[in-house]
Amino acid sequence: MSTTEERPIGFGRLKRKEDARFIRGQGRYVDDVQLPGMLHGAVLRSPYAHARIVSIDVSAAQQHPKVHAVLTGRDLDGLGLAWMPTLSMDTQAVLATDKVRFQGQEVAFVIADDRYAARDALELIDVDYEPLPVVVNARRALDADAPVIRDDLEGKADNRIFDWEAGDRAATDAVFARADVVVSEEMLYPRVHPAPMETCGAVADYDAVEGSLTLWSTTQAPHAHRTLFALVARLPEQKIRVIAPDIGGGFGNKVGIYPGYVCAVVGSIVTGRPVKWMEDRSENLMATSFARDYVMRGSIAATRDGRILAVRVDVIADHGAFNATAQPTKYPAGFFHVFTGSYELEAAHCAVTGVYTNKAPGGVAYACSFRVTEAVYLVERMVDLLARELDADPAQLRLANLIRPDRFPYEAKTGWVYDSGDYETALRKALEMAGYEQLRAEQAERRERGELMGIGLGFFTEAVGAGPRKHMDILGLGMADAAELRVHPTGKAQLGISVQTQGQGHETTFAQIVAQELGIPPEDVEVVHGDTDRTPFGLGTYGSRSTPVSGAAAAVVARKVRDKARVVASAMLEVSADDLEWERGRWFVRGDPDQGATIQEIAMAAHGTVELPKGVEAGLDSETVYDPPNLTFPFGAYLCVVDVDPGTGKVTVRRFVAVDDCGTRINPIIIEGQVHGGLADGVGMALMELIAFDEDGNCLGGSLMDYLIPTALEVPDWETGFTVTPSPHHPIGAKGIGESATVGSPPAIVNAVVDALRPYGVRHVDMPCTPSRVWEAMQGRGAPPQ
Amino acid sequence: MQVTVSVNGEERAREIEPRLLLVHFLRDVLGLTGTHWGCDTSNCGTCVVLMDGRPVKSCTVLAASAAGHEITTVEGLERDGVLDPVQQGFHEEHGLQCGFCTPGMMLTARALLDENPNPSEAEIREAISGQICRCTGYATIVRSIRWAAEHPAAAGAAAETAGEAAP
Ligand code: FES
Ligand code: FES
Repeated sequence: MSTTEERPIGFGRLKRKEDARFIRGQGRYVDDVQLPGMLHGAVLRSPYAHARIVSIDVSAAQQHPKVHAVLTGRDLDGLGLAWMPTLSMDTQAVLATDKVRFQGQEVAFVIADDRYAARDALELIDVDYEPLPVVVNARRALDADAPVIRDDLEGKADNRIFDWEAGDRAATDAVFARADVVVSEEMLYPRVHPAPMETCGAVADYDAVEGSLTLWSTTQAPHAHRTLFALVARLPEQKIRVIAPDIGGGFGNKVGIYPGYVCAVVGSIVTGRPVKWMEDRSENLMATSFARDYVMRGSIAATRDGRILAVRVDVIADHGAFNATAQPTKYPAGFFHVFTGSYELEAAHCAVTGVYTNKAPGGVAYACSFRVTEAVYLVERMVDLLARELDADPAQLRLANLIRPDRFPYEAKTGWVYDSGDYETALRKALEMAGYEQLRAEQAERRERGELMGIGLGFFTEAVGAGPRKHMDILGLGMADAAELRVHPTGKAQLGISVQTQGQGHETTFAQIVAQELGIPPEDVEVVHGDTDRTPFGLGTYGSRSTPVSGAAAAVVARKVRDKARVVASAMLEVSADDLEWERGRWFVRGDPDQGATIQEIAMAAHGTVELPKGVEAGLDSETVYDPPNLTFPFGAYLCVVDVDPGTGKVTVRRFVAVDDCGTRINPIIIEGQVHGGLADGVGMALMELIAFDEDGNCLGGSLMDYLIPTALEVPDWETGFTVTPSPHHPIGAKGIGESATVGSPPAIVNAVVDALRPYGVRHVDMPCTPSRVWEAMQGRGAPPQ
Repeated sequence: MQVTVSVNGEERAREIEPRLLLVHFLRDVLGLTGTHWGCDTSNCGTCVVLMDGRPVKSCTVLAASAAGHEITTVEGLERDGVLDPVQQGFHEEHGLQCGFCTPGMMLTARALLDENPNPSEAEIREAISGQICRCTGYATIVRSIRWAAEHPAAAGAAAETAGEAAP
């Protein structure tokens, strides 16, 4: 028999509803869509990182018996579609016309009967390139003699995209000038890739008679994509239906619009048949949204007795050949200015310069919470470097400087207002779970024996759940999300949401939110998502915004239904609504608990013949648009134990303890799953994953043979714990969890590696800490950041 | 060319190109889309199926060379409306998030348990080490497979807790 713990009405460890189809192989991903008459597209990509296109000859490809059409930039130009806007208000070539600007850039699109034939025909296209000088190093991109990548932009004579700063430079300089101790370090957060197991793709089906487009696509933001397609392709928005069926992982990789999607749409218009485009893995790694690539110089100032005073950082942000990062318009460096971290500071300042290089565009992806990953890494490495300089214990140094609970809401020196936190409790819990003192004792013993054991700490404060819409928009679309709740006569409900699960389990957790508010079983709530025709408008899932924004919308809309139910109940029971009290699932008469009506009874009555007060409409359906008043600020304390092989430099993660606080916990099973996944990402980034380039701009991470992702053998069994500090401004107090571990784990791991290498005098090793890099560092040859 | 492959106990004869990969034969020709395609270098394992009971990456097997062999895909795991304990284990222990790696992981688990009904955590990790999951961090996959090992005849209650089969 199931217990209520297994089948909670509301929050609790409810097993996922969506599992039923996935464990049977009945998930429906984009590549599973098969339509009658469907054709297949394939993209021809540039072998050069920078080259002028002299000519393109597609005639042989066109003659291939299975080919229906070949598109080039010139064809698209005729339709005004050779360039498209990016999410950062730049432009990006759909198919190159003048020159190619990164290896793997889209040059032509072939549409054929099947995927094999489409790829065969790519071989028949003859492109004459004139190679140009290449710049892949972000610093060198700023040199006066660097090749200008974006000569398509009017008057552009350099590779600078933006200069942006936050905090108070003068105040920060003043604090640094009088500080007892200043520590500085250069570090690179290298280019990595979210690489979800499902690559990106789309099926476009254009109906010429209706003038309508149905687009199945791997998108984390179906509504925003619909609007963009309306603007780019100039199709009327009401004639566009974007369907995001099951998505095989996203991690930010599926926020942007890629040229392949646009080509599939054009292909369907041109051929009059549905066209599928599904990229392969090397296309995914080489051409779609990468992440990070931040070259940072950080400094931290403190008193001799260990009070942290200020942090400053200068960044060169490598955005690749087009500025296509997905982030709120006002924030060209995302939320990087949360680098003030979890500490009480007197001053802080950052300056970020964005640059073009001959590399793939993107930059905000891989569960980064709009660059909070880079920020947390920077500050947590700096705190460890300070501990080393002061010869202080890194745990004690953190405990002494964490923002105290009574300081919340806390205004950070770069303007953020952290909503709530109890940092010390979380850190103490992590230390206790790990057995910190014993670990240090063990480490000392092992060091005696010449063994390299490292203990690394990381504390993070995340900033997630964008809007508020007056401050945050993407391409002018305010970052709010709607929810629509229908309650059928039998009391079963359907919740329409605008955010898009890529594995986070929205069908379960959003049903739980409604269940919590209305007191009906979560099985009775069907969550509808991923279809712009069936769901209300909203900006989608990235930056951990589902729970903070859309989850809030779900709670608010359920409360509206509950309020309406009260009015209906008062009519049913013939008492004043003021005399009714709520208990889970039921309104009853105060003082007479037997007199009442359940939500199910009320729903039937609301659709029935009960006479309702004047001005009250029948039914219980409701909708809302939630505009968050502030971000939410999840936090956590992580501790990692590594062993380094002194002979090979190989790092093994022995233990990982993660204490997370995401406020109210809707479903602990899913929260733990989100944390586990992020921790594995952290191991990948800290130790294995890298998209590197050679001098000629050849991508050296373009397959899963070169881009190494952790398997079950590289990660430990995770030890998770939690504290609960609800968000005061969120309707249910929840803060979001999807990216915490990806943000928080890399510094803990690198801190552990550097700690292990202490006997060798190593102060810093750039990620990924591969055996060769660690070994080089042990020989005193740390690879300098670019 | 004409091939006949036995898939989930049923003989399937089709006219195909000799170069057609088994993964595309299953997905595009037979419409069995539970088997996925996630890379072009045989590294991801989302395409794993069982060939005569042993896990193979169907992106590295030609459909033609599968002729005469017995292929089991995720669609063949459930028998007469009863879930395989591995399927139920993945549900019980949250062994999946996006579900993209899941069919391959479950089939490897099935083969492992057939050979070693009581595998240790280390043996499970070794068995699935040729496959990538980008969502779960693997610990819950390991637990899912342990769950299946501990409940070898668990299937009955599955339909109740894991919902009804899609029509
Ligand atoms: S598709 Fe990646 S291993 Fe087969
Ligand atoms: S569940 Fe998403 S890849 Fe494993």
